Amino acid sequence: MSTSVSVEDFTFVAAYLREKSAISIGPGKEYLVESRLASVARETGYDDVTALIRALRQPIPNPEVGLAVVEAMTTNETSFFRDHHPFEVMRVQLLPEVISRNAMQRRLSVWSAASSTGQELYSIAMLLDTHFPELAAWNVTLHGTDLSTEVVAKANSGRFSPLEVNRGLSAPMLVKYFERQGAAYHIDERLRRWCRFQQMNLATSWPPMQQFDIVFCRNVLIYFDLPVRQQILERIRKSLVPGGYLVLGTAESTVGVVEGYTAVRHGQTTLFKTV
Amino acid sequence: MKALVIDDSRAMRMMLRRIVSQQGFDVVEAGNGQEALDEIDSTGAPDLCLIDWNMPVMNGLEFVQAVRARTDARQITLMMVTTESENSQIVRALAAGAHEYLIKPFTADALVDKLSMLGLSA
Repeated sequence: MSTSVSVEDFTFVAAYLREKSAISIGPGKEYLVESRLASVARETGYDDVTALIRALRQPIPNPEVGLAVVEAMTTNETSFFRDHHPFEVMRVQLLPEVISRNAMQRRLSVWSAASSTGQELYSIAMLLDTHFPELAAWNVTLHGTDLSTEVVAKANSGRFSPLEVNRGLSAPMLVKYFERQGAAYHIDERLRRWCRFQQMNLATSWPPMQQFDIVFCRNVLIYFDLPVRQQILERIRKSLVPGGYLVLGTAESTVGVVEGYTAVRHGQTTLFKTV
Repeated sequence: MKALVIDDSRAMRMMLRRIVSQQGFDVVEAGNGQEALDEIDSTGAPDLCLIDWNMPVMNGLEFVQAVRARTDARQITLMMVTTESENSQIVRALAAGAHEYLIKPFTADALVDKLSMLGLSA
């Protein structure tokens, strides 16, 4: 991070991303532009981020450079309790409703459909354990799937680097649920056994699956074109119990894409409830 | 908002300064805990302190304890930023009065996440 991104360059990159990927980055994210584009500048042979952005501002920029910039800025990042607010809505609104509805059966199932290295599902496990201790006597299924076999194996290991536990975990949660072993932090074994991760491609045929009360599928649909997005949302709807909830990324929606969901807004988070 | 960056490494202070400046903070620096207390005495309490643990003269834990003992500095948010990463050390820092803990090395995103958790980001 040897260069600073000027206000003008940052504004340009933000507008460029909005145009090319419909993803918006707001003020305060200059560091993100710097850190993500530094490696693109190196790989594409520019001296620094400023030179890279200058090239992008040419009347006819190199399309490969443009693509590399969009990919670097939109690559799905993961962290514990990512975006915070969906987990707050889950704690305050969603889980009390679902727990009350399922009280007779004592059953709760959650699917993290693009689980990456597991932070999202383990965050849900920590949230359940901290705020809903009564679930210890329930049949709770926490299921995670991802396209990559490698990240699924890492998720199942429950081991995280110091860099990873720095992202999104409060210090009290870190000491409560992780144990340091050598250079890695191991998630509490009870929570690790609670969460199961499997390889699965959302865009091809799906294995038979149980029905879920809640599905998280955040920041992945943006990578698919409309027909595939429709197909995935339709299949998720069938995988949800009636009145089940889908949680999408902040910029994503079912509205105008598929039928069968009702959008329910809670502050910054919109939940999509199956009809 | 004002941030006080406390670290005996000038390079680390510069890096922290850049990240928190982008989040809208005015930044002042100190090279150890005693210098930081002097800074608070002369310019007033900041909103946020980013505190290394191992420093000469007065270390980060001693600084946290000293700040928590003062009645004029109760509202300061204290975040340790250190290579000390044993659970027992994190527990000690929290018990002494630190609000958050960031383990070195860290990414800018991680620090911004922590500020956001504390309600202090742009």
